[in-house]
Amino acid sequence: MSEELLRLKNLYVDYKVKDGYLSAVKNVSFTIEKGEIYAIVGESGCGKSTIAHTILRLLPDHNEIIKGNIFFNGEDINKFTEKQLESIRGKEIGMIFQNPLDSLNPVYTTGFQVAEGIMLDNVTKEEAWNRVIKLYNDVKMSDAEKRAESFPHELSGGMRQRVMIAMMLARTPKLLIADEPTTALDVTIEAQILNIIKKLRDDFGTSVMLITHNFGLVAEVADRVAVMYAGEVVEQGTVYDIFDNPKHPYTKLLIKALPRITKTEGRLQTIDGTVPRLTEIIPGCRFENRCPYAMDICKEKDPEIKTVNKFHSYRCHLHEGGEI
Amino acid sequence: MNDAVVELNNLKKYFIINKGFKEKKLVVKAVDDVTLTINKGEIVGLVGESGSGKTTLARVLLNLTKPTDSHVIFNGINLSKAKRKEIKKFRTEVAVVFQDPASNLNPRDTVMRSITRPLILHGMPKKLAKEKAIETLELVKMDIRYLNSYPHQLSGGQLQRIAIARALVLEPKVMILDEPTSALDISVQAQILNLLIDLQEKFKLTYLVITHDLNVIRYISDRVAVMYLGKLVEYGPTEEVINNPKHPYTMGLMAASPILNPHDRNKEKHIMQGDPGSLINLPSGCHFHPRCPYATERCINEAPANLILDSHQVACFKYENMKISECID
Repeated sequence: MSEELLRLKNLYVDYKVKDGYLSAVKNVSFTIEKGEIYAIVGESGCGKSTIAHTILRLLPDHNEIIKGNIFFNGEDINKFTEKQLESIRGKEIGMIFQNPLDSLNPVYTTGFQVAEGIMLDNVTKEEAWNRVIKLYNDVKMSDAEKRAESFPHELSGGMRQRVMIAMMLARTPKLLIADEPTTALDVTIEAQILNIIKKLRDDFGTSVMLITHNFGLVAEVADRVAVMYAGEVVEQGTVYDIFDNPKHPYTKLLIKALPRITKTEGRLQTIDGTVPRLTEIIPGCRFENRCPYAMDICKEKDPEIKTVNKFHSYRCHLHEGGEI
Repeated sequence: MNDAVVELNNLKKYFIINKGFKEKKLVVKAVDDVTLTINKGEIVGLVGESGSGKTTLARVLLNLTKPTDSHVIFNGINLSKAKRKEIKKFRTEVAVVFQDPASNLNPRDTVMRSITRPLILHGMPKKLAKEKAIETLELVKMDIRYLNSYPHQLSGGQLQRIAIARALVLEPKVMILDEPTSALDISVQAQILNLLIDLQEKFKLTYLVITHDLNVIRYISDRVAVMYLGKLVEYGPTEEVINNPKHPYTMGLMAASPILNPHDRNKEKHIMQGDPGSLINLPSGCHFHPRCPYATERCINEAPANLILDSHQVACFKYENMKISECID
């Protein structure tokens, strides 16, 4: 453990929009260590997928401005040429997406699509096919041989996601970016997919960057968590720090908004207001307009990062004097 | 409290798939032998994996499709034999809110038009309808300045409020909510759930909430019904079903449901294997037997009947000849 694999340093992503720029990711820094499951949680539009796409440079061209460093294995891949990056995509960093049907080609068998990736490493066809069957068994696909010859439309949602995981596994990447991998699946299938991801980490020491809006998944598998709000990481820490001892007002409210009680025990916490427009320049804290503890300074000055312990830090003006 | 609003007795809804001229016709048993009673003023949660027939059951309840066998009895009226006038009254008494509010509101209608439309259709003068719309919008805690907005100008949470307002405007007695919060973020989900409970308590409404999120069910409902491949496998008070599930499928579902506390993660749990299966190729006997850890020879050949154990209803051979007090371990 404790060996750094991916480190983002002061990452900014601005999208070009009709009337100026939209600050989708602002000053994000975090480190993912080898063999850990790092979750990024946040509500829709908070920039979590943008980060994933930025790392692999999958954003549409000429549409954004990226500043900052992305260190992977000590090298800044943000400065890589397209060709250099090509050698990392899939091979070093694999990615699975929310809807596997969008990622699979409908006119080829799933086995062929997995084998295609394997053959990039100069492997013969037969050998690649044997590897596909082995991978299908690894991801607990029943009837592996038959499924490899199936087309995507013949498989269920859970099986398609297994194909995606097999495809990603084919080249044994060091980092897996899973962008909402189970959102489209039933809970029983979700539990199975999570088990596969956990097993991957245990067997191969793969690091996982899990992007989700579901705190249930985070509680289930994550080692460390970053909570994002409106393009910023407002708090990060171990999963126990975040659930037991949240410091940022947004995290505090969000944890209380989870339906963990019954209606006879009281009402759920809500957060009033909406996310500010990110096309406008916000000099202060981005949560200020919804924060029940907002002070004058919050409007004017961007809060600095405060650290609680080695892993746990948050971005808020409170605590300068005392407890919330 | 114990007046039944909705009564279903061995309700069936089958669909027939015609695969071609010479092929044999296939029967899809989307809802098979469902017996269920919903009492006045209670919130019933309906859970199950996709393809288990939850939405078909809701459609039959709403009289949007006719059942294949048996009838829906609503407030003592048999909907299959109801007169036109009775159906019209039924339509004002039962309202529905669907999963994705963006696709259920007409993009070319303002909020005002969407909400007043049902009132005008039921013969209310326009002026009164407008007053009523404003009143309802306040009920769902929306600012009246949104009255002239179009759906694309509103956020997901706001749209869901509009959908709820539109359902409420005719002062229904029963609301059917099909995945009311699954498209929403956590903080918005909390707002909508709180709103739904407040409205239910204020107007003594009866809800049928369809969802796959067990945490939502635990928070909101009084009783839970669990469906698996068209069959109602378990029905009972929420606390009993969640904390002490009877049917092996419910047990598996509970184990698979995401925990919301990282301290629970090391608790041992049995994860159900296999896929939910399909309604077209139904397993013999008990539909759940291919995935059931307790399956016996009998489960493969014979389908279990609904056993009624006090307040709890379960379809499994395990509990035959047992009283509920004996089942609690």
